[in-house]
Amino acid sequence: MLLSPKRAGIYASALLAASLLVMSRPGTTQDVPLISGGVGFVTSTNAGNTTYIPVISPLLAAPLGNHILVESRATILDSYFPKGGGHSGYTSSSFLGLSYLQMDYIASSHLTVVAGEFLTPFGTYNERLSPIWISNFESAPLIFNLGTMNTGSSVGGMLRGSAISNDHVWLDYAGYFSAASTNEQFKSQRASGARTSLYFPQARLEVGGSYGRLLEETHENFEGLHLWWQPADALVKLRSEFAHGPHSKGYWVESEFHLASASSGMTLRRAIQPVFRWQQTFRSSPDPTDGLPGADTKRADFGLDILFPHEVRINSSYSRQSSTQDTNIWQTGIVYRFLFPTWRGK
Amino acid sequence: MNTDLKIRAACIVLTFSLASASLPAFSWRIESIQDSSAGARQSQARHQPAAPESKGAIKFKQNCSRCHEAPQGFSSRISGTILRHMRVRASLSPQDERDILRFLNP
Ligand code: HEC
Repeated sequence: MLLSPKRAGIYASALLAASLLVMSRPGTTQDVPLISGGVGFVTSTNAGNTTYIPVISPLLAAPLGNHILVESRATILDSYFPKGGGHSGYTSSSFLGLSYLQMDYIASSHLTVVAGEFLTPFGTYNERLSPIWISNFESAPLIFNLGTMNTGSSVGGMLRGSAISNDHVWLDYAGYFSAASTNEQFKSQRASGARTSLYFPQARLEVGGSYGRLLEETHENFEGLHLWWQPADALVKLRSEFAHGPHSKGYWVESEFHLASASSGMTLRRAIQPVFRWQQTFRSSPDPTDGLPGADTKRADFGLDILFPHEVRINSSYSRQSSTQDTNIWQTGIVYRFLFPTWRGK
Repeated sequence: MNTDLKIRAACIVLTFSLASASLPAFSWRIESIQDSSAGARQSQARHQPAAPESKGAIKFKQNCSRCHEAPQGFSSRISGTILRHMRVRASLSPQDERDILRFLNP
């Protein structure tokens, strides 16, 4: 019991990380391995019950030679929540997990080969918005599990890269295969999938599509679409995603408002960001495992985020979720983002 | 429930005191961002007055605030590592990676 498989996994990874740090000889003084991530404190009040969650999510990125990058992120959190069932006081549970541990081999200008445990490329939320210092809201979208095969991580290989990149348009792609893994630290399902997106840098418009196929006893297909529009100097950024699974589907649309344009620099007015997210899910047949609500659901999230100097941000939000029952959810989070080299260069 | 209320009150007090304590620091932040775009500053200094923005500066603006707030500044010793990481995450082409790196470390 002293060393559970979970802890052993984490220690093994830490050991691997340490040896990588020692092995990696930066090619130039700009290639020093880095440690980054976020540390924060989140509260979530749902139907009068508040959960408190201290969380830290460190990331390591270490280049090896000219073509390889090893990257890994872990999340360690404790949640303290009311005992419930007529008992007073709080109880807690902890979570310690690796989100990914991957080796990226930059094979050519258009191709990067990824091996290991990686974030499943489906839609945008998982790869881009899930880090605690990035997300505008403390809770993931209701459709998060569709296409990310429940665990959000895959164990296997992925090919990705930029197919076209010029001043007018960028086209990127990612395709992966994942094996089933029940290992405590590397949980994944047998699946494969792909995503491509087109980005128009002048309009700052991105559209993309994702596909995933679960290859366990039952084979299931997931499809997704995303649209992001973040016009330069506009006072609003729009992000949206739609996902469809065999038993349910849904979408979210998020807008981030600014009280001043980006070109005015990071002023106080720019640092205050009202955010709004509208979500809807639709259930076509029962599936207790797909992660979506059991009945059709609508949810409005109203948030106010403040970006402080020294990489501190505070997110606060009120959500109203209507399904078979209406619930009010209040969430706050304070997050500090850290970023430093692992050692001093020459 | 009482402790619950207390903790929530403490969170609110903390939020507001942090907010007011850091107001003066906002001016610091503006400087630090200007510092971190040293490339832009240098090119402005060299070519007067309406110098065309470098490719790297344009690409930095078009890309580095797509998924998250553009970083407030970081050590030049890790700029290559960051760019390699973001190249994979954001599928940057090698040319984009070089242009942005040159902009960050002129
Ligand atoms: C496609 C979305 C996306 C784009 C575009 C993007 N980033 Fe990132 N960036 C991320 C994500 C996601 C993370 C956090 C990685 C994690 O936690 O797994 C990150 C992390 C970082 C970090 C923290 C250190 C690290 O390497 O994790 C820095 C600094 C950074 N990005 C700078 C940049 C710069 C500079 C650019 C422009 C070239 C850029 N980003 C473009 C998504 C993006």
